[in-house]
Amino acid sequence: MTTRREFVCLSLTAAVGVVAAPSLGAANLQTAQDSLAGRGATGTLRDPSAAGRPRQPTDRRDDAEIQAVEQRLACSCGCTLDVFTCRTTDFTCTYSPELHREVLALRDDGKTAQQILDTFVAKYGEKALMAPKPEGFNLAGYLLPGTLILGAGAGLALFIANRKTAVSLSPAAPADSPEVQASPEELDRLRRALADIED
Amino acid sequence: MTLLGQFALWAALVIGLWCVLLSFSGRWQGRPDLSGTVVRSVYAIFGCLVVASLALWKGLISHDFNMEYVWAYTSRNLPASYIFSAFWAGQKGSLLFWAVVLSLFASAAQLLTARRYAHLMPYVAGVTSAVVTFFVSVMLFAADPFERLGFTPADGRGLNPQLQNVGMVIHPPMLYLGYISLTIPFAFAIAALLSRRLDTGWIHAIRKWTLVSWLFLAIGITLGMWWAYVELGWGGYWAWDPVENASLLPWLTMTAFLHSVMIQEKRGMLKRWNFGLVIGTFLLSIFGTFITRSGVIASVHSFTQSNVGYFFLAFLAVTAILAFTLLYTRWPLLEADVELESVLSREAAFLFNNLLLVGIAFSVLWGTLFPILSELVRGTKITVGVPFFNRVNVPLGLLLLALTGIGPLIAWRKASAGNLKRQFIAPVSAGLVTLMVLLAAGVRDFHATVAIALAGFVAGTIGQEFYRGVRARRRMHGESLPLAFARLIGRNRRRYGGYIVHLGVLIYFVAFAGMAFKREREATLKPGESVELSSPFGHTYRFTHLGISQYEALNRIVSAATVQVEKDGRSAGLMTSEKRQHVDSFKRPTFEPSTEVGIRSGLQEDVYIVYAGSVNGTEEAVYRFNINPLVWWVWFGGFVLAFGGLITMWPGGGVSSSAPRRAQPGYEVTLAGAAAE
Repeated sequence: MTTRREFVCLSLTAAVGVVAAPSLGAANLQTAQDSLAGRGATGTLRDPSAAGRPRQPTDRRDDAEIQAVEQRLACSCGCTLDVFTCRTTDFTCTYSPELHREVLALRDDGKTAQQILDTFVAKYGEKALMAPKPEGFNLAGYLLPGTLILGAGAGLALFIANRKTAVSLSPAAPADSPEVQASPEELDRLRRALADIED
Repeated sequence: MTLLGQFALWAALVIGLWCVLLSFSGRWQGRPDLSGTVVRSVYAIFGCLVVASLALWKGLISHDFNMEYVWAYTSRNLPASYIFSAFWAGQKGSLLFWAVVLSLFASAAQLLTARRYAHLMPYVAGVTSAVVTFFVSVMLFAADPFERLGFTPADGRGLNPQLQNVGMVIHPPMLYLGYISLTIPFAFAIAALLSRRLDTGWIHAIRKWTLVSWLFLAIGITLGMWWAYVELGWGGYWAWDPVENASLLPWLTMTAFLHSVMIQEKRGMLKRWNFGLVIGTFLLSIFGTFITRSGVIASVHSFTQSNVGYFFLAFLAVTAILAFTLLYTRWPLLEADVELESVLSREAAFLFNNLLLVGIAFSVLWGTLFPILSELVRGTKITVGVPFFNRVNVPLGLLLLALTGIGPLIAWRKASAGNLKRQFIAPVSAGLVTLMVLLAAGVRDFHATVAIALAGFVAGTIGQEFYRGVRARRRMHGESLPLAFARLIGRNRRRYGGYIVHLGVLIYFVAFAGMAFKREREATLKPGESVELSSPFGHTYRFTHLGISQYEALNRIVSAATVQVEKDGRSAGLMTSEKRQHVDSFKRPTFEPSTEVGIRSGLQEDVYIVYAGSVNGTEEAVYRFNINPLVWWVWFGGFVLAFGGLITMWPGGGVSSSAPRRAQPGYEVTLAGAAAE
């Protein structure tokens, strides 16, 4: 049989325990995080081959400008992606890291973004670019759809505007339309309702 | 089981040829018993293909690795759900899947179509059986799913890791269902042309089928985007890949048809155009299959490529010639009942909408084929990637979005100046307010700003339509607001379901615009090292690399890189991205290691982490961190669009299909008619 004093002591102990638990838990969590493999010194993977192709550390020169250039260059592995996206996505691709190194080398030679692109085109052909240059025959690729749509739209608008309509434009009811048996108030209410709907 | 499967395919071929011969010879017209035979042949083909499908599934489930298909796409340790979906993971299985589903749809069309269209049904049976027979022939002569190996391997090659994703269990069937069901409207169109019954009957008969096709394609495309986003790991959901484009083409033309068919129903116009759209849409679905299967254009969907693509090219050419020749012979019978009266009319708006939808389809097709054309003309290989498609198609897409808002605001036949002013003032104000808010918030990307402002305009249009409809119901029937809202949709599901679809479309556009502001960076981190990335919504994320753990799962060895994420200085939990090396039951690697991205999705933006690999086999990891704005809204837009589509196609509630309502000249008469109802 628990006495009243024992009950109060137990309750107080339990309450202190409940209040203290989160902070203790946090301390444990902190310990757990600290004990995660590799915290501080770099650990070695048990099976490096399962983690994909070995990677090189990201080059510190790999800045936004390099990204922008690489996003205009197509990877030649057949992925349909640009060099930057491919090399940071398809980690089995051997082409995009090589192309990346070429971009960095050209940048180190002091070439501008446009000069890097031109060098790639000179070396690999026009397919090195993610989009063809808007010149010559390529203009047909860029302009034909829009031109056709605009031309067809303008032609259609002119055609509709110029043609004689087959039916009368008169808003009056046709001869065989039924008589409307409604009071002026009812008709007015209907008109307002239909003006709202305006189908 | 392979013998049974092959026998079932041969039986389907023979019955299919018999059905085609009988239906197109027309001898059933004088012999009602032959008409019944034609229809029963459709059910028999379905039965044969069900048997063939069960035989393939039996092989997959029982790990019969002597079957080449089972060996190529499964392994003993492949999870059960993927063994089930391996049915359509490869070329041969997906052809069987296509054939069996098409025969199911063909049977359903025969069973569910109203008796008043009985004169069309033998022709419909003939067309659907011809298409099924083509697929069965491809299987029997070029891609046999029941082909046996000369020996029995101990284990299979397993399923491509990119296909081991729940999205790939659902996405291909959805897309296939969309593609396949397009055959039914095509069959009715050809039946109407052959039978010279060119009134609106065939259109009423296919109404549900067109919506079903459109809905499945929409869901399939959205699921495809989701799969690309979570599985391919390149940080986006749409790359204008040829196969993605191929799925978009029939959806665009079917969307055009869903609009133009309303003009034929209400005004008796665009009959030729509608036939052309239905035929063209079907041909585009076959073209998409050709693109997917042939490998004629580089694509990420290389796992389905083989030489059967050229069977599809031949089928495409023959079908196009036959169908358009038939349409040409019926051309004089397809005169419009009335003619367009004004550029400022709903009919004209729908026509421009059709022009734009078909124009965009052409533009996408043009871009997809332009590398081939360039090589033919100039002898120069070029790449037509995302920048090209965005440059050409984004302006067209914005025009389409504008028309989505304009169309419903213009009256049928001819709009007056007063009508236009009354209709446009609120939506245009909504668009302008949105634009000003964006400019005040410092948004400067031109296309994104225009897209969101136009979305505001379209939202204004939709809101106004609902507001006026509800107000009219409350005034006329004295209904409460929720009741009036529910009944407004319930009593005119087609119209208001359509507006909900438009809402889904505008959500898509806003979400697409969001990606103009995505942020990304690459970083190499040792355990404990951090990197920061700011988001377009002004948040600052800090990513701390905690380490890499390796463990074995059912059919793979997982290397999991864990990152502690902090958002604006407060902990946002842990995120993990994985490299997975899939292995067979003997622990032999089956494919190159694949990547599993870490995604934390929010209403504003997604945090997207890709573990690229380790430096020199250590825990020093190479990451790509992305902040992708508004991606969640792409999936939500897809949900809204599908929900609107379901409302539109839900039975009942709309105007009776047997009594199409025509826009009549004379407001008073329309009023009186409506009042009398």
